[in-house]
Amino acid sequence: MARIDLVDLAHSYGGNDADPASFALKPVTITWRQGGAYALLGPSGCGKTTLLNLISGIVTPSRGQILFDGIDITPLSTQKRNIAQVFQFPVIYDTMTVGQNLAFPLKNRGLPKNEIDARVDEIARLLDLTPYLSRKAMRLTADAKQKISLGRGLVRSDVAAVLFDEPLTVIDPELKWQLRSKLKALHRELDLTMIYVTHDQTEALTFADTVVVMHDGRVVQSGTPAELFDKPAHTFVGYFIGSPGMNIVPAEVRGREARIGGHPIALNRSYALPVGAKVELGVRPEFVDVATPAPGLISANIERIDDLGRVRFARLRVGDVKFAARVPPGFSGSGDVAGLVFDPSRVHVYADSLLVEGAA
Amino acid sequence: MDKTVNQKAWFLVLPVFLVVAFSAILPLMTVVNYSMQDTFGNNQFFWNGVGWFKELLDPSTDLGSRFFASLWRNLLFSAIILAIEVPLGIVVALSMPREGWRVAACLVILALPLLIPWNVVGTIWQIFGRPDIGLLGYVLNNMGIDYNYVSNDFDAWATVIVMDVWHWTSLVALLCYAGLKSIPDAYYQAAQIDGASRWAVFTAIQLPKMNRVLLIAVLLRFMDSFMIYTEPFVVTGGGPGNSTTFVSIELVKIALGQFDLGKAAALSLVYNLIIIIVCWIFYTVMTNVGTERREEKGVA
Repeated sequence: MARIDLVDLAHSYGGNDADPASFALKPVTITWRQGGAYALLGPSGCGKTTLLNLISGIVTPSRGQILFDGIDITPLSTQKRNIAQVFQFPVIYDTMTVGQNLAFPLKNRGLPKNEIDARVDEIARLLDLTPYLSRKAMRLTADAKQKISLGRGLVRSDVAAVLFDEPLTVIDPELKWQLRSKLKALHRELDLTMIYVTHDQTEALTFADTVVVMHDGRVVQSGTPAELFDKPAHTFVGYFIGSPGMNIVPAEVRGREARIGGHPIALNRSYALPVGAKVELGVRPEFVDVATPAPGLISANIERIDDLGRVRFARLRVGDVKFAARVPPGFSGSGDVAGLVFDPSRVHVYADSLLVEGAA
Repeated sequence: MDKTVNQKAWFLVLPVFLVVAFSAILPLMTVVNYSMQDTFGNNQFFWNGVGWFKELLDPSTDLGSRFFASLWRNLLFSAIILAIEVPLGIVVALSMPREGWRVAACLVILALPLLIPWNVVGTIWQIFGRPDIGLLGYVLNNMGIDYNYVSNDFDAWATVIVMDVWHWTSLVALLCYAGLKSIPDAYYQAAQIDGASRWAVFTAIQLPKMNRVLLIAVLLRFMDSFMIYTEPFVVTGGGPGNSTTFVSIELVKIALGQFDLGKAAALSLVYNLIIIIVCWIFYTVMTNVGTERREEKGVA
């Protein structure tokens, strides 16, 4: 059980002298509270697994510190850190039974046999593995094996945090959901700090209280799923989270007015932007409606309309820029051209990809 | 279901059939033929039925006693070299580097003994061990160890065994190394997190993951050592006395030394049968290990 602080933590596989731009993980300072459920979300190669391996101690950071409950554990070996890790592919000890697998970490630490048995029984019950305790672990299904991997971490009573490295990759879709619910239930029951690495936004948003979005070795935003949806701090977050992702359109912004290709759009707040910055507007497709073309509306060419069942999204083109917008239930526009109606309170302004807070 | 009848397909099999017939079946049948007959030369043959086989399998006869003596000797030899080469090969594989230029260097050095022809290996050790001019023999004798593989049974055995270990441990090591390389890193990381000792990592991860290549290594080394001929023949010629006369050396003595074709043919067939049976046992064990894996995948 621990609060985790990362202090100016960075890592380069090329050593500390490597070009800072090439760092797999650029310096990050962040605090994760004890008992929280966190997800590290980002595309492949964004540094999320590196960050996880730094926390577990498999990789030693080039720079910075990791604190568990205020104690610097950076120089400690994986064994001494008291963390549990579940890997992408189930890691089980082939020749052992499920029970022996679960007992393995305790046996290695020299606990008395009756204590081991009691712990193993308890964890097996939590994970619904009791009926399999005397079966060979090798014969079980992938999801049961992942539960064993998890169980080997949980069986230690002193575990500080549980780390998951894309644990559902090899699980069948219908079992994914079950296993994820199991993880959530365990999290509530055991009050453990859990850190979950994934590139799947659904997994991240359903598992975690706080989602840490990573991009190109950097933490670009850390927030609740709602925050990530409503107020992406970086154009990458807007684009990566949500389906379809946020519309990012080059624009000129002056005071309370933005112009896209010459068409004015009213903004709710007033913006003073640095000179020379790349200015973009970001607005989620959910907050732009398609309407029949009218004067004063930005016109866009309709490329196709995706019917997602509950909602329809139009795929459009504004000038050269691709755009997605909601098709309201009553809309029955014909032809290739549509007008766009923006919800001004949901339009964000980005300068050099970063969110700019306007003044009221 | 109607099948089209097309007997022309048989013609496609014919070339293979002919090759197999001339290269394997006919020579084997000649041996079977010899094993049932006796000859006094001049191409005159007399029917002897299963006489040679009866004699061969009866230890009270000369042929039987020689056969069984060489068979036990050979099995003992195989057991000893397996007991040395398998653990040694595992240790070598475990201590090999995992990445960098040293991997290539190690692999080349390990492969070198495997590339040397059998009789050259024999000659190397024959000279190496000579007390008068061989480095090994000369040094040992000067250290006060009375070592002479020509006159002392134990020395002869030691030389032949060390030679085989020198020649073939590499094979076991290379196979084990391949097995070790195929273990994903996550296993080692998990073991580290679980606080496993070096020994626990070996017994819980490395050995189980190597079991298939180890079976292959044991099979190859057993078959090879059970059929060994050239190396001990070059070094000791089967002596001193008969102390290093293994089955194949005995066979050649009977067939070419005494020209007892019938006895030699019978021995060949029994020898062959033993090898096929052992192969079959290994094959069955290996495929069973395989099905266990497949079952596991099926469930997953």
